[in-house]
Amino acid sequence: MQPTSKTHAVHPEVHHHEEPGFLQKYVFSTDHKIIGIQYGVTALMFLFIGYSLMAMMRWQMAYPGKPLPIVGGLLERILGDEAAGGVMSGNLYNAFGAMHGTIMVFLAIVPLAFAAFGNFVVPLQIGAPDMAYPRINMVSYQCYVVGGIIMLVSFFIPGGAAQAGWTSYVPLATVIATTGQTFWIVGMIFLITSSLLGAVNFLGTIIQLRAPGMTWMRLPFFVWAQFVTAFLLLLAFPPLEAAAVMQLMDKVAGTSFFYPTGLVVTGKLAAVSGGGSPLLWQHLFWFLGHPEVYVLILPAMGIVCEVLCNNTRKPIWGYRSLVYSVLAIGFLSMIVWAHHMYLTGMGTAISTFFQTTTMIISIPSVIILSVFFISLWGGSIRFNTPMLFALAFLPMFGIGGLTGLPLGFNFSDIALHDTYYVIAHFHYVVAPGTIFGLFAGIYYWFPKATGRMMNEFWGRVHFWLSLIFMNLVFQPMFAQGMAGMLRRMSDGGAYYSVRTNPGIPGALSDSIIYSNVTISHAAWALGLAQIPFIINFFWSMKNGQKIASDNPWEATTLEWQTPTPPPHGNFAKPIAVHRGPYEYSVPGHALDFVPQSEA
Amino acid sequence: MEIPYIVQPREDTGLYNAKVGIWLFLASEVMLFGALFSSYILLRVGAEVGTWPHGLLNIPIGTLNTIVLITSSVTVVLAWASLKMNRLGRFRLFQTGTVLLAMTFVVIKSFEYHDKFTHYEVVLKNSTSMTGHIEGSPMFWNLQKLNAGKIESFTFHPDAHQAGHPDNRAEAGETKGAHEAIKIATADITKLESYGPWHNTYLAIYFTLTGLHALHVIAGALVIGCILATSGAWWKRDPERLTNRVEVSGLFWHFVDLVWIFLFPVLYLL
Amino acid sequence: MSDNHAHDVKKDVKKYLAVFGALLLGTVLTVGAYYLHFTSVTVTITIALFIASVKGFLVAGYFMHLMSERKMIYGIMVATVFFFAGLMYLTVWSMEPTSLIHFKHVP
Repeated sequence: MQPTSKTHAVHPEVHHHEEPGFLQKYVFSTDHKIIGIQYGVTALMFLFIGYSLMAMMRWQMAYPGKPLPIVGGLLERILGDEAAGGVMSGNLYNAFGAMHGTIMVFLAIVPLAFAAFGNFVVPLQIGAPDMAYPRINMVSYQCYVVGGIIMLVSFFIPGGAAQAGWTSYVPLATVIATTGQTFWIVGMIFLITSSLLGAVNFLGTIIQLRAPGMTWMRLPFFVWAQFVTAFLLLLAFPPLEAAAVMQLMDKVAGTSFFYPTGLVVTGKLAAVSGGGSPLLWQHLFWFLGHPEVYVLILPAMGIVCEVLCNNTRKPIWGYRSLVYSVLAIGFLSMIVWAHHMYLTGMGTAISTFFQTTTMIISIPSVIILSVFFISLWGGSIRFNTPMLFALAFLPMFGIGGLTGLPLGFNFSDIALHDTYYVIAHFHYVVAPGTIFGLFAGIYYWFPKATGRMMNEFWGRVHFWLSLIFMNLVFQPMFAQGMAGMLRRMSDGGAYYSVRTNPGIPGALSDSIIYSNVTISHAAWALGLAQIPFIINFFWSMKNGQKIASDNPWEATTLEWQTPTPPPHGNFAKPIAVHRGPYEYSVPGHALDFVPQSEA
Repeated sequence: MEIPYIVQPREDTGLYNAKVGIWLFLASEVMLFGALFSSYILLRVGAEVGTWPHGLLNIPIGTLNTIVLITSSVTVVLAWASLKMNRLGRFRLFQTGTVLLAMTFVVIKSFEYHDKFTHYEVVLKNSTSMTGHIEGSPMFWNLQKLNAGKIESFTFHPDAHQAGHPDNRAEAGETKGAHEAIKIATADITKLESYGPWHNTYLAIYFTLTGLHALHVIAGALVIGCILATSGAWWKRDPERLTNRVEVSGLFWHFVDLVWIFLFPVLYLL
Repeated sequence: MSDNHAHDVKKDVKKYLAVFGALLLGTVLTVGAYYLHFTSVTVTITIALFIASVKGFLVAGYFMHLMSERKMIYGIMVATVFFFAGLMYLTVWSMEPTSLIHFKHVP
């Protein structure tokens, strides 16, 4: 190997180093592929933890007041009073609920969809040697880990974890006598910092490091999706960071940013200056909160596009529509946030404004979904595991999106706000929506990262079981919500059941309450259905079928033009792009695909 | 393959990587301070009529700090210009000036903060209330601390004009001792509170905004100082890269100045 | 942009010093306007923010070279400012109908 010279641009070969030690290579790596895998593995762990919290909550909902089997004793030993006799207390239920949301959104889905897939795939797909700021990339992962540890540690401190929902509404959040809320805020500050650094990295990389010939309109849609996602994170997270600092000050420094004058807490006037506004928190939270949900869905849409084109062997129909739609979604998502606040007493003019923008934003979402559906027409469809997940994404996201419409209208939201209908809506979008997209991505890019395919049979088992049980879990929740069953009730609504409290207004019927049992069983079965996936994932790394070429899916995008796994620096020599991202079945070519780099 | 455009700009964007990065970061900072400014507006507009304090901040000192920061913005850009003109000595001179001005700003700010932390509102059992300073200028005293420290009484210097009176713009609360000093017994006190962020929402948002801004000043000065300290070695090794770093840190510094340009009138004057 | 020759930068130096002067003047004007005690709150706020905006524009445009940057940076900052304005305006507008807020009586 030649020693490096000062003018690196002249020598195209891979930079010569001493072979880095284990720590440098795997723990303190600045290579985007390693960091992507680090994010991916950590995020999947948090996905599992978040699921476990919910699995325990579902027991309480199905069988309120009964001790938890298997884990009840363990909980009692670790958490003491809140799990006395193995029965989940109301406070513990709230803590699990708040942390389920926080962990799933900020520690599992966003890191997996944006940071893990983005880090691994985006530089490869644009023909870059790495991300633009590799050391910042490493720091952003480390901030994420620190934030995650803080969140997990909060379970074990006196008073327990945060209990005021993932939305941490004030004054409840600051009034609850647990330091868990403080941990939550500090953890959020680390997570927000991690996301901001990541966003800067993605945007800088996509803007500056596209290979020669990779024009904006030749970018794979996955890159466009990540680009818009990064912008949303960049601009929407800072107000939440500011709000988190203010809530922290309310909690530890006695300020009154969010304490209104005259607040009475447990019978006594709160010893604060007052003059603050609880609604201010809600505005700042949802200013992030709404773009955040687009952060959750856009990367999955990007993955679905890649997988669909590859497995229909035809270009996407309406590439430009996709691009303009995703840009429109990005822009509009920043001005719809108060549709989460219709019931806070805002006037009709302002709620009409937000209702209008909310309705308008459904249009580009529908366009994107329609583009995907239309692209199937006339395709030569290969029903492999990634394709099954990508195909299922379409109707599942469709259901999730359409059920959002009654929530977006302020008058119908009056009945549905804070009910199980909302839970069903957003879980449909994120669970059989985004997570299915992410599963598709894992099965699709696994061979590029490891050189082996995941087992196809068990992939299909995983798919069908997940699809069936996801629907069994979330479909009944629409009915529950429309019947008036509210969110965050630790007894699963038993207090309001016709059986226990017949005269109570809004009493819930037996079948609505019984749905809790079926939903819980389906949820546990859903968890069991992931076991083949987990085994498949780890087993295939060492024993999966080795791929015959670097491009086992016969795909057109640049990541398949690298060696497998891609070395440090990705491309042996600088790569040039000559055509669009989805040139499948081009007439006159011997093969049914033409890579982007082919002249 | 090496990462391109670290030093040389990319043709179509006209930018090198670090510059794109810092502008993106500054965009996020605009939203961060923007959220705090929005909070300020909301809290102020939402306050009961007559409760929003005026004249708690010293305007000549604030003006001085504004001039300090503006000057540091000029020295930072002149430092960069000097490097572009290959004048390393000039660069060092201007950049040292920047760091000194930054330190001056922080020192002045800490005096302002100290003045607030030693300023008190005391409410007596007979329902009278006064604002002023305590003999010896202790910080953060309250009733709990008095009882814990077994302090039975203290000397209090009431302000010339009592704060909270809406017709006392520009004078309230700042002059010491124009009234006679009086002795107050701890037993007579219902509430003793310093003018920290807990005292009212105006001070809460003031300390948050200026505190966050001061953190940015310190961070920026540290980065500029580090680049200055290592500039000799970098100038020899890769002068263009040094110039770019100076430019990028300068962009951050200008942003910090920009925030203050809005902070000063909003908090001190309006 | 980073290809300025020494004499171009010398011209820029003159511009920077001119901007410095303008910023100092702006500061004096802002503080002076304060001491003039306008009775109308709207006028006071408008003048203060107008002068601050001009100063901000000078810093961003000349010290930060925004005037000579191409579309990319410009576009990012315009979008940011737009969303910042949206956050401020929509948040305050949405609070209006509740009884706490009286736009007419800004203290």
